[in-house]
Amino acid sequence: MSATHTQGHAHDHHDDHGPAKGLKRWLTTTNHKDIGTMYLVFSLLMFFVGGGMALVIRAELFVPGMQLVDPGFFNTMTTVHALIMVFGAVMPATVGLANWMIPLQIGAPDMALPRMNNFSFWLLVAAFSLLILSLFMPGGGPAAGWTLYPPLVLQTGDALPLAIFAIHLAGASSIMGAINIIVTIMNLRAPGMTLLKMPLFVWTWLITAYLLIAVMPVFAGAVTMLLTDHFFGTTFFAAAGGGDPVLYQHIFWFFGHPEVYIMILPAFGIVSEIIPTFSRKPLFGYDAMVYATASIAFLSFIVWAHHMFTVGMPLAGQMFFMLSTMLIAVPTGVKVFNWTATMWRGSLSFETPMLFALAFLFLFTIGGFSGLMMAIAPVDFQYHDTYFIVAHFHYVLVPGAVFAIMAGVYYWLPKWTGHMYDTKLANLHFWSSAIFVNVLFFPQHFLGLAGMPRRIPDYSTQFADWNMVSSIGAFGFGLSQLLFVLVIWKCARGGAKVSSEVWDGARVHGLEWSVPSPAPYHTFDVAPVIK
Amino acid sequence: MKMVKRALAAGPALLLGASPAMAAWSDLNLRVGVTELSREIYGLHMLILWVCVAIAAAVFGVMIYSIATFRKSKGAVPATFEHNTKAEIVWTVIPVIILVAMAVPAARTLVKIEDTRGSELTVKVTGYQWKWQYEYVDHGVSFFSTLARTSDEARQLDSGIEPRSVENYLLEVDQPLVVPQGRKVRVLITANDVIHAWWVPDFGMKKDAIPGYINELWFNAEKPGTYRGQCAELCGRDHGFMPVVVEVLPQAEFDTWLEQQKATRQAAGAPPVRTAGARTVETAATLRVANAE
Repeated sequence: MSATHTQGHAHDHHDDHGPAKGLKRWLTTTNHKDIGTMYLVFSLLMFFVGGGMALVIRAELFVPGMQLVDPGFFNTMTTVHALIMVFGAVMPATVGLANWMIPLQIGAPDMALPRMNNFSFWLLVAAFSLLILSLFMPGGGPAAGWTLYPPLVLQTGDALPLAIFAIHLAGASSIMGAINIIVTIMNLRAPGMTLLKMPLFVWTWLITAYLLIAVMPVFAGAVTMLLTDHFFGTTFFAAAGGGDPVLYQHIFWFFGHPEVYIMILPAFGIVSEIIPTFSRKPLFGYDAMVYATASIAFLSFIVWAHHMFTVGMPLAGQMFFMLSTMLIAVPTGVKVFNWTATMWRGSLSFETPMLFALAFLFLFTIGGFSGLMMAIAPVDFQYHDTYFIVAHFHYVLVPGAVFAIMAGVYYWLPKWTGHMYDTKLANLHFWSSAIFVNVLFFPQHFLGLAGMPRRIPDYSTQFADWNMVSSIGAFGFGLSQLLFVLVIWKCARGGAKVSSEVWDGARVHGLEWSVPSPAPYHTFDVAPVIK
Repeated sequence: MKMVKRALAAGPALLLGASPAMAAWSDLNLRVGVTELSREIYGLHMLILWVCVAIAAAVFGVMIYSIATFRKSKGAVPATFEHNTKAEIVWTVIPVIILVAMAVPAARTLVKIEDTRGSELTVKVTGYQWKWQYEYVDHGVSFFSTLARTSDEARQLDSGIEPRSVENYLLEVDQPLVVPQGRKVRVLITANDVIHAWWVPDFGMKKDAIPGYINELWFNAEKPGTYRGQCAELCGRDHGFMPVVVEVLPQAEFDTWLEQQKATRQAAGAPPVRTAGARTVETAATLRVANAE
């Protein structure tokens, strides 16, 4: 069925049909490769904007005392840094990889809904233009934290509606992207590619897409209620009007916890592609990996209140959320064990993507351990809202999600450009990132345990030493990322030509290695047949 | 220099699990605190930490062994196995057992934390942007507690005052909460504008102060002394500048203090609630800035 469809479709195209010329190519493109590239470039840009904000934060925290910014602006920086990194950098990067790689990995000619694909991307640009513009509104940018808790967020000035519309647009963009990915995977797989033959990256994205569709509307609903509370006299979250400020937190985290997995599941998928290739061995426990991903996705819906142990929940509620949260360690453990078992008795080599994937394996696991510690509700009363939490989620997001994305870029970049990048420079990027990310975030565990709350612009002098170390790490990490840009820039311009397989023996690990490098503008006009 | 020395001291401490007596250790780890709950929480924290360290040693050990041994450059020939049911069952079941073993003591402590019965003193704490109000509900005594003037001056942008020259920088208030030693104190926590969180690390407890809610927590401080904490929920511009300071006094001294407070209040003819010490000029200015925003 699907085969006849794709073959019929192929007649509409000519094989030499290339991209339009100039700016119009990028504005009107419906090509999954162009749109993937735009998503990736956009996310890299946002990574630097959000990173710049992080450096403002770390510069102010370099020594005790207020030297650089007003405390209100500091709060804006923490808030917008998080919003940009979550919705502007990590999520679009994984969507960009999905756009580029899912059609190539399932043998499809393009995404199923190419025009909507273009619209999803440009909506995102509109969303982040609004969000960044909100910084210049009277009263300053949003400063209530990325969680936007009322009543505090209702004290925001004119930035509030801009930030909320930005979230609406980014949410709409994500939902459309998710629908596109599901439809593509469900309908455009090459003949013979059954669900349980799909590469893990496709699997993790399929599950992620369902999570997105399930929770983005919930978040949109929550921020819409903020909007009506602020402008139309409703009191959803105002205690004085019979509303409930804690209700917002429940709704937010019902979105927020699956959101965490929306960022990490595609990362799991990328790592599951890379480790087998450079171990020269099939992925260990493929089925278990798929089921573990699905279990994590399911559990992500029933653990949300572990972000709110201190709000004063009933004992039974605290027990439930403590136990359900601890359960997540089981499927996550299965994944880590399976990656390790994939390397066991393999034949390992350490190209740049593998280095990033291995750093992911170690450092994400550290983030997993601190997550398990925080699941223990009584101890979380101490950890909650301290730098220990900041250390935890940065470990799972930076050397976790971001390193996996970088691993993916280094893995597939030769396929996209047809050139091998400067591997010395790429390895330098890896080592400086891997060292500085630990200098940056590991001391934050100590700060949190010693009692430093998060989201403060100034601190008591006992926290001075480790803050200075952390800030040094931040600037080192930030500067290291310029190397990333340099590597990509050089690789896009030229370099040693690569074969279609790129990596030694990669062909058996995925369909993307069967097309030429660089991947032609149109691939799989005729669907390949999978045995 | 001091920083480097501490970092050097911290390394071996981390590896060997040095005793809490080491100076560097206290800067790196959770405080044991001065209450039964804080000690239990510390114990749970250390337990789960060591469980994680043990699992990490095993898992990272296998990873490092694989990376060191199964190298293509050493001529390793890849195996072709794709799964091993026995191993997969083992590494699913063992974590479940560890988790259950962790959940039991954790649940026990949780039940104790939530049991506020039989308290001997009740204090109501109200969070404001950006100060705390303390009310001794059965004694008609109440006052506000704001950041000490010395810290407030030093923390202004480019104040030119070196924070290290200020005693207890950002952790000092004009009037601390005073409680008796060795008594179960119940704290009722609420807020009057936005959400705050009341936290004293040495008591092991933090709870959100939420408008329209009254949350509770309890502690029983075993040692007299001054204990310092901070607001732990982002509450706006000066969130970092509303410390919590609790002074624990022996019962007799506490009684004297309470009587003095009552007498001062009666002499001033003030109503029992919301009569804090005069607002400082700085605080009023801060509030204006906030309103302007």
